[in-house]
Amino acid sequence: MDAVLEIENIEVVYNKTVQVLRGLSLTVPRGAIVALLGSNGAGKSTTLKSVSGLLALEDGEVTAGDIRFKGQSLKNRPPEKLVREGLFHVMEGRRVFEDLTVEENLVAATYALSGREDARSRGYELVYDYFPRLRERRRQLAGYLSGGEQQMLALGRALIARPELIMLDEPSLGLAPLLVEEIFEIVARINREQGTAILLVEQNAAVSLAIASYGYIMENGKIVIDGPAEKLTANEDVREFYLGVGGQDGEARSYREIKHYKRRKRWLS
Amino acid sequence: MDWLFFGEISLAGLAMGGLYALIALGFVIIYKATRVINFAIGEIMMFAAYLFLAFAGGMEMSPWVAVPLAVLGGALLGGVIEKTMIRPMLGESPIAVVMVTIGIASILVGLVELIWTADPQLLPSFLPRQPVFIGELYLAPKIAYGFLIGMAVLVIYLLYFRFSRGGVALRATASDQAAAYSMGINVRRVFNLAWVFGSLAASVAGILVAATGGLSPQFGIIGLSVLVVVIVGGLDSILGALVAGVFIGWLETVAGAYLGGEYRMPATFAVLAVILVFKPYGLFGTHEIERV
Ligand SMILES: Nc1ncnc2c1ncn2[C@@H]1O[C@H](COP(=O)(O)OP(=O)(O)OP(=O)(O)O)[C@@H](O)[C@H]1O
Ligand SMILES: [Mg+2]
Repeated sequence: MDAVLEIENIEVVYNKTVQVLRGLSLTVPRGAIVALLGSNGAGKSTTLKSVSGLLALEDGEVTAGDIRFKGQSLKNRPPEKLVREGLFHVMEGRRVFEDLTVEENLVAATYALSGREDARSRGYELVYDYFPRLRERRRQLAGYLSGGEQQMLALGRALIARPELIMLDEPSLGLAPLLVEEIFEIVARINREQGTAILLVEQNAAVSLAIASYGYIMENGKIVIDGPAEKLTANEDVREFYLGVGGQDGEARSYREIKHYKRRKRWLS
Repeated sequence: MDWLFFGEISLAGLAMGGLYALIALGFVIIYKATRVINFAIGEIMMFAAYLFLAFAGGMEMSPWVAVPLAVLGGALLGGVIEKTMIRPMLGESPIAVVMVTIGIASILVGLVELIWTADPQLLPSFLPRQPVFIGELYLAPKIAYGFLIGMAVLVIYLLYFRFSRGGVALRATASDQAAAYSMGINVRRVFNLAWVFGSLAASVAGILVAATGGLSPQFGIIGLSVLVVVIVGGLDSILGALVAGVFIGWLETVAGAYLGGEYRMPATFAVLAVILVFKPYGLFGTHEIERV
């Protein structure tokens, strides 16, 4: 068994009333980059929060299914323990500590190393090597960084934690295309050089599938299509509805609608 | 106008204000980290002062032992309160949590009356007694030395927050709880430590204030002045707590000396009202305060 993360048929309910995930499953092999794609409100962030345990802070609950990290079930484990075991969640919107300096943000991330044997070396230099711009701004308040720099800092904090799996929630959010490419290149480098597996949540399917080896597409709380990245990139429906190539009217429609549409066609013929 | 008198009163007021600032700091630490408005802070410091009375008076320990023990007792009390009564309220409405702290405050008053009776008491004196002169101005030694000790504690706290790793964890938790969890910070532990160290600061101040004016189960009322201090300063601002603490301490003392003791509280509340009209979030506050 060489999966670092296995999600099996989970269902998630918020406030004991709103069901958001309906039997979602996915697997991240060790050292791989896996993309989880889907449109607004599909439940991507909810999936990541279920894994990292941050769901409980929002009164959400995994009501069915199982999540395993390195083969062990994650039920009822407090979030900070998971981080210390090597599972790092970079939340949507970067969430840097704005009134802390850049370096203090990195110091905060060293708590991920608590109780580990290799906790001595803190690895700030490694972060500054990947992100030289952060080195220049190390004494500056994180709140004054640009959006791109904040995303770098969020990735830097993940690097400090030396995790086995980084879950990245929409790193491209609100960034200019050039910067998105720069960030994704670094994500790919981190994966290659540090051997860290990455679960990449994105709406931007094109750049994600370019660096991922496998992709899942989710809608309405479950996976609707998955496959190796090249296959997904070549898949016509994916091309039309997620990559914005081909298609008749260029209107964004969901995968579910395609199915309806096909079904309707079948009936008609 | 007698400038010498005004100068001496002001000096004493500023020194008392320093101690208010220390109590306010205790309050703000708890508020910043956990977002709990702790109405019991005055009673926690009262409890610590009574512990000192028991250790130094009843058991005749040396002040060198009694003060640290009483301070630790106050800190421990804060930690226990958080763990047993505040933590189960996690996720409840802020008002509900405030009610719990008010309940704790009256339990502590009852407990103290039960053990030490409701009569006012004097603490055994433990500070040097030679009079202190600053220029020509006389300052009561209890106030002067109390101020110095209080400031030393305060400076240690500020340095710790600014420069230590634990200070980073506290500030990170204060700034974004979910993100702090995602860094591997044990947020529940930070909450508990915030109560422990907030109560510790208040306990130090409590013993020092009680040493100047005596102790009774109503001593915790000071907590109200401190609440004014932190609201004026902006609930979540440490700098605000310090500046406002010194200012309110001065104002109360001056109002008490010139207008009579019964004007101390009205004076502070009048200032509070005026400031809130112009600066609804306090002088230095940033966040929106839950409207009570
Ligand atoms: N704390 C919450 N309480 C109740 N409902 C929530 C909560 N968080 C999310 N939801 C709902 O769950 C659904 C999925 O939300 P989620 O944030 O997981 O989507 P997403 O795929 O990450 O979307 P986006 O791309 O916009 O970030 C949405 O309908 C949202 O309204
Ligand atoms: Mg999301």
